[in-house]
Amino acid sequence: MLASLAALALAPAASADFFTPQSGGSPNADHILDLYDVTLIIAAVIFVGVEGTLLYALVRFRARKGRVAVQTHGNTRLELGWTLGAAAVLLALAILTFAELHSIVTPAVSGPNGLTASETGVPISTDAIKPPKGPYITIQVNGQQFVWRFTYLGFGKLADQLDDPYTYRHLYVPTDTAVVLKVVSQDVVHEWWIPDLGQKVMAVPGYVNWASFEISKPATYSGQCSFICGFGHATMTALVTALPRTQWLAWLHTLEKNLQANKNGGAAGRKTLQKRTGSAAVENP
Amino acid sequence: MAATTLTPIPQIVTDHVEREPRGLVRWLTTTDHKRIGILYMVATFVFFMLGGVEALMMRMQLIVANNDLISPEVYNQLFTMHGTTMIFLFVVPMFAGFANYFVPLMIGARDMAFPRLNALSFWLFLTGGIVFYASVFWNPPDAGWISTLPLASITYSPSGGEDAWIYLIHLTGISALLGAINFVATILNMRAPGMTWSRLPLFIWSILTYAVLLIVAIPVIAGAVTMLLLDRHFGTHFFDPTQGGSALLYQNLFWFFGHPEVYILILPAFGIISEVLPVFARKPIFGYKAIAASTILIGFLGLLTWLHHMFTTPTPLIVLIFAMIASFLIAVPTGIKIFNWIGTLWQGSIEFRTPLIFACGMIALFTIGGISGIFLAIIPIDWQLSDTYFIVAHIHFVFVGGSVFGIFTCIYYWFPKITGRMLSEALGKVSFWLMFVGTLVTFLIQHSLGLDGMPRRVYEYNNIGHLQLYNQISTAGAFILAAGVLVTVLNVMRSLKSGVIAGPDPWQANTLEWFTPSPPPVNNFDVIPRVRSLEPMKDIRREIARRAAAPSTAPAPVADVPSQPRVPA
Repeated sequence: MLASLAALALAPAASADFFTPQSGGSPNADHILDLYDVTLIIAAVIFVGVEGTLLYALVRFRARKGRVAVQTHGNTRLELGWTLGAAAVLLALAILTFAELHSIVTPAVSGPNGLTASETGVPISTDAIKPPKGPYITIQVNGQQFVWRFTYLGFGKLADQLDDPYTYRHLYVPTDTAVVLKVVSQDVVHEWWIPDLGQKVMAVPGYVNWASFEISKPATYSGQCSFICGFGHATMTALVTALPRTQWLAWLHTLEKNLQANKNGGAAGRKTLQKRTGSAAVENP
Repeated sequence: MAATTLTPIPQIVTDHVEREPRGLVRWLTTTDHKRIGILYMVATFVFFMLGGVEALMMRMQLIVANNDLISPEVYNQLFTMHGTTMIFLFVVPMFAGFANYFVPLMIGARDMAFPRLNALSFWLFLTGGIVFYASVFWNPPDAGWISTLPLASITYSPSGGEDAWIYLIHLTGISALLGAINFVATILNMRAPGMTWSRLPLFIWSILTYAVLLIVAIPVIAGAVTMLLLDRHFGTHFFDPTQGGSALLYQNLFWFFGHPEVYILILPAFGIISEVLPVFARKPIFGYKAIAASTILIGFLGLLTWLHHMFTTPTPLIVLIFAMIASFLIAVPTGIKIFNWIGTLWQGSIEFRTPLIFACGMIALFTIGGISGIFLAIIPIDWQLSDTYFIVAHIHFVFVGGSVFGIFTCIYYWFPKITGRMLSEALGKVSFWLMFVGTLVTFLIQHSLGLDGMPRRVYEYNNIGHLQLYNQISTAGAFILAAGVLVTVLNVMRSLKSGVIAGPDPWQANTLEWFTPSPPPVNNFDVIPRVRSLEPMKDIRREIARRAAAPSTAPAPVADVPSQPRVPA
């Protein structure tokens, strides 16, 4: 076990997630990683400095014959120095954070291989997040015990969006296209997290939370709910697959067709049931 | 425990003197701050062991990927019980126990300001703990120690476990609140003559801040859980989003209490480190005023940072940035403390007795928790790390490395005063190394678990990457840590019967509790000495040495001479 751990720490490729968070799926995750890397270096220097000085003091000043402790009560200049030093490091970190924050919270702009403006459905107002420049799609991520429901907002025919296509557990997005997530919950608090795609967002019932990502190459990323939501919390997983533009449009077309077929099947079933039972109407579930 | 029996010297003749109760009744009816302190310490240590067993059960479940040893329902109950126990039934009341025993002794008082209120505090705490643990025979709570809403509402948690949790929060809350008022009143009013604010021991400064934070924070959580209780049983909808309530309101109220609570858990540990280091480095504390001021500053800033627990919530970014800046600011006084502690060791003559070793272990481990805290204070980095095992690692370096090592420093430092007997140094060092290595092995690797994508509070995981290997390392470490705790239990059991007799001042320490015999008599001090510096015992020892060298000089005021044990134990 220890040997494999040592090998892990030494091999740079394998240690990508040993010291740093996951990234590579979306630009915002990469920006977070940049910020993390700088913080990690500063933290490593502080760690080695403090622990090293502590260890040195413990070894160097251990009680021995003839040693007399120096009776100092403090050193104002030194104390002021390390107070200002600590404050300076934190100020630097704060400035760095503000510099990166903008690029992390602003959705990326869709690339040339992404959806065109005419293919992104009816535009959805994103009140809390600045909408990306250029085309983007909006997905409603709905947390429920214990599954994620994804609604592809604006792709249905009805104005009230009640027939927008949806999937469970597995989200499909086009590559090179800005994806805005409208994160909601319909029961308890959940938390949306795909590590490679950047930030977590909490899904709080009664509130709307926003996030975004953009995947450049076709790939599938996994993640799971990260806020305790009940006994099925650990099984509330999610997959995000990015497909090239044409494939995604074809997939969406199939999805809409299947959903329509299900709907028709349901309607036919209800009609049969109505006829057999003689009841007035069976409510649309 | 060597009982102190006193032969009263009759001064006033009365026709009826109430007999001192004996045995169990004496413990049940006591209002003596020292006995109440011991009751707290024993009861909280039992809860500590229970919380530890719960932790080990969770680590057993996670030892292999997709394990089915423990069902998801039981796993959720385990982490709820574990977190609640360690915070509300162990660390806070354990420090209340030490503070009960040592605040009056360190400031030269004969008891707490309100002895009966003090007893009430303990019995409220114990009742809360027992009712909470009684729920394991029915349905324990399972919505996490944060009892998040709407999960803890009657719709999603219909069992009575949640009500047991509410009961616990209320009773331990009232207990802590009354205790805190008692500490503040005692420290403000009952200090020995000459003990000015600039001569107040640093442990007392930390307890004073701890008490003020409790007074500020407890009413908020009490209000929040009362609203939860009303929501659950009396038809209100404070936190019910389907009826216009707000789940986010609960999070704000909870963390307004929850973050000061973190400092309530850690400040007394800072206090004891500041007492122990000068004693064993044989030099005065480095930068007394800076350490005292940083304690108060941490307490104040701790009230402003609760939103950093909510960086992923739908809260405007501008509000979150405020919490981020406050969290950054708090790193400065915390850093000052660590630097001053190292400054205290610097050029000292360090005696490696067990209390000092635990204190240095605390500094080393807490530093790791402090540094990982910087990552979590940065909003975008927190978006990746929040609610993963990285957070689990961070809080355990703070609470195990900080609070638990602080508590073990207290145990090894003050055991001779409480019992009159010394603990074994050899067993103490074995216990330290097991606990130190155990903490590092258990929790260092959990940073990587979180970075590798494992959320907290999951009962199972797929073996993606190296998750199983990391979890196995962590589980192995947990058992090493537990073994270290058991060695100290063994050490205490052994020394209670056969430990070396300690005498009043075995460590050549600085503060007034070492002025009285060990264990101290019921009235603590026959004569309360006048305090002339931050280190009154150093002055007293110097005075004794001076008089021993020149026995012919005229007798000085009696208050400068340590009292003799009236009746040996």
